[in-house]
Amino acid sequence: MMKERRFKFDFWTIVTLVIAIVFALFLVYPLLSLFASGFKDPDTQGFTLDNFFKFFEKKYYYRTLWHSFLVTTCTTALAVAIGAPLAYFSTVYKVKLKGLMDILIIISMLSPPFIGAYSWIVLGGRSGVITKFFMNAFGIETPSVYGFGGILLVLTLKLYPYIYLYTKGALKKVDSSLSEAAESLGCSPFRKITTVIIPLIAPTILAGSLLVFMNALADFGTPMLIGEGYTVMPVLIYNEFISEVGGKANFAAALAVILVIITGVMFLGQKYVVNKKSFTMSSLRPIQEKQLHGLINIILHVTIGLVVLLSIIPQLTVIYTSFKATKGAMFTDGFSLESYKTIFDNLGKSILNTYKFGIIAIIIIVLMAMFIAYITTRRRSWLTNIIDSMTMFPYIIPGSVLGITLLLAFNKKPMLLSGTAVIIIIAFVVRRLPYTLRSSAAILYQISPSMEEAAISLGDSPLKTFFKVTAIMMMPGVVSGAILSWITIINELSASVILYTGDTRTMSVAIYTEVIRSSYGTAAALASILTLTTVISLLLFFKLSGKKEISL
Amino acid sequence: MSNSINIENVVKRYGDATIIPDLSVQIKNGEFFTLLGPSGCGKTTLLRMIAGFNSIEGGSIKFDDKEINHISAHKRNIGMVFQNYAIFPHLTVRQNVEYGLKIRKIKKPEMKKKVDDILDVVKISDYQNRLPERLSGGQQQRVALARAIVIHPSVLLMDEPLSNLDAKLRIEMRSAIREVQKQVGITTVYVTHDQEEALAISDRIAIMNEGVIQQIGTPERIYTRPNNIFVSTFIGHSNLFCGIYHKDTIGAFVQFNNGYQVYVHDLKQDCKEGMKVIISVRPEEFLISEEGLKVKIKNRTFLGKYTNYEMEFEKGMVIDNQPSLEYSQDLGQSSRIYEVGESLTLKPNAFKINVFAEDGKSSLIKGCE
Repeated sequence: MMKERRFKFDFWTIVTLVIAIVFALFLVYPLLSLFASGFKDPDTQGFTLDNFFKFFEKKYYYRTLWHSFLVTTCTTALAVAIGAPLAYFSTVYKVKLKGLMDILIIISMLSPPFIGAYSWIVLGGRSGVITKFFMNAFGIETPSVYGFGGILLVLTLKLYPYIYLYTKGALKKVDSSLSEAAESLGCSPFRKITTVIIPLIAPTILAGSLLVFMNALADFGTPMLIGEGYTVMPVLIYNEFISEVGGKANFAAALAVILVIITGVMFLGQKYVVNKKSFTMSSLRPIQEKQLHGLINIILHVTIGLVVLLSIIPQLTVIYTSFKATKGAMFTDGFSLESYKTIFDNLGKSILNTYKFGIIAIIIIVLMAMFIAYITTRRRSWLTNIIDSMTMFPYIIPGSVLGITLLLAFNKKPMLLSGTAVIIIIAFVVRRLPYTLRSSAAILYQISPSMEEAAISLGDSPLKTFFKVTAIMMMPGVVSGAILSWITIINELSASVILYTGDTRTMSVAIYTEVIRSSYGTAAALASILTLTTVISLLLFFKLSGKKEISL
Repeated sequence: MSNSINIENVVKRYGDATIIPDLSVQIKNGEFFTLLGPSGCGKTTLLRMIAGFNSIEGGSIKFDDKEINHISAHKRNIGMVFQNYAIFPHLTVRQNVEYGLKIRKIKKPEMKKKVDDILDVVKISDYQNRLPERLSGGQQQRVALARAIVIHPSVLLMDEPLSNLDAKLRIEMRSAIREVQKQVGITTVYVTHDQEEALAISDRIAIMNEGVIQQIGTPERIYTRPNNIFVSTFIGHSNLFCGIYHKDTIGAFVQFNNGYQVYVHDLKQDCKEGMKVIISVRPEEFLISEEGLKVKIKNRTFLGKYTNYEMEFEKGMVIDNQPSLEYSQDLGQSSRIYEVGESLTLKPNAFKINVFAEDGKSSLIKGCE
């Protein structure tokens, strides 16, 4: 008698199970235990809502939520106000050096935000270059870069590129015949913008804004460095967690729950907008760029030049100051390579760590991304659907929350990972897997399953077929995604700053600690190396993907 | 309301390339006028010059007597239907149709009536509250047409409006467009590369090639009496033969290279005796006969109503480098279908065939240029 086999046990079943276990162990279990501890009394470990009451009772705590809200809302509004017009004008009109402009904007977007904070302190801080210049030359006191204004400045310059790139992508899909149709119906050029162009790109701008909002809300490095007394949620979580000795992180956990709920709602909102509200447009004839003449053309170029310059100033400052001579922590006149010498002597390990951890993480990410992309597109089942939705988690969990989560979950035997390189690599993999996964899945959707069937019909086993045919055809998508993952890994701060110990310090953590210690020279030298690596990786991305744009 | 379009000596240049060197045409009020030609012939360029989306480098375009060269597109009062329809995806069907009326500040009750009427005319009232992405290609086409017509434009411009539809829908929409155009009585310029569509829909057709109009005329005239070899081979199929022009006491005739002679109806009488000519015979203009042109059947395609034979003529009879030489046998008129390899003798129909000068640029038929 034949026994009915309900479950086909093959290579892909094993892969699916292994990935499910990995996700359960390193994502679901830590998150659930963090959430649970938010509802526990620190002393008795019984169920309580006191942690939440504590937050909403004291102004010292709940004002951080208000601060966060204010910072993110203003940042988002400013990012739209800068990014959307910039995208519109550079699409509609001829702008010189457009390619360079795009690359500079993308570089400013991909370098870590705390480098921006650091540079603006060097420029406009208490003993900053600009501050001193205005003080000595005119006796004028420049507005402070610390606090709310500083956070807003740095985050806006860091995040408007998202709106810029999103809007640009949407404008590329608007066929010029739509604009001509409006004109043929008697519509004036200005009215055309308000009744046709803006409504068409509005859903995209909205989706981009929610992304900016989530990023601004989750950012830890910027408010930590430049915020000073202006505390926001992620900083409060970090402070509460660090100051709790002995692992009683229940209050910090409750804060994390609040933050994750907000980002979760934002994320769902963003998904909804992208799926339901955006228009399917295909453009045979994209909008042609027009050449402007005379004064208007000059104004256009000067304005765009200023915005790009402002966004790239942090990188320029960092590279410039890294070659300044220093005396202790202070910059002095003249140039030298002292800062570089110092970091190779004292902080060389952090550079090595960044590359070592990064490369290990990226190998794991590539393998996991390819397998997950395959099982979620070609082997759909309830289990792969769950895996598919779990891969979205990193989007809504701020880095600092993830750091705390992993630390709490893996600080005792049998899974004692805290303080090891492993836990940092896990954090890297979890946070940056989605970039590679998304582009791997995207390319797999375009590969016809009949390719695999052809290989199988010619006598290859399904497993061989995957490695000999499918995996190779997926490579372009995998590689371009992997480079993005790589760039964001080496710039990762908010999780690693919680997970590092002396031995596992990475470059971005070292920069952060050096800035905190006010040794700006070494911080600048490290940041320059990081920026250089980022730029080279980015150029490699453009070269390999053949694209001139990037989507995060 | 509707008006004529007078195009006088217009020139179109892109940088150093001249797309249209010097083109003139008069389009009458209320006429359905088609620009037909192979891709890259300048037909869409000309249409977009009328619309105001392309600049005019020389000459003038007038609506009636009013020159419009320097009026911007949104002030020309044109209605335009685009190849990809260009329906606004963020507006419903009804809002799309209302768009132009709102700009013209038409009052609410009047607007409602106008929109209701036009939605009925193009038969899309049932879908008026849908978003365009939920419409089929044919329905989107009707929305585009309604949106262009409802503003009562001076001229209606259509840029290959049917090329994205499947064959059956194309024929259905073609009659719909024709019907609506006649009902509204609006001057229409229609661009297409599909000759069957042009023949079926137009009052007059202008055949264009390389920015120059080759012939303007009614569909019948263009098919039966083409002005030159380009038109004769572009519209329908034509077999081209080498021949000699002769005159005698009875009249003018042409002689094929095998000595066979045909007194061609309406052949000009005043040409030079003995000059070389090109004789153009369409596949359906042959009759099976005792004497005439000897052929061997190379290939056969049975198409129902008629059978198409690909033929081989004796050496030196035909012009070199023709894609194929064809004879269409009408099934209703013939006793049997021939096999590949069989030989036949074909006689050209003297009333139908055309004769061109040796360079192919002018016709030797009376009344042609």
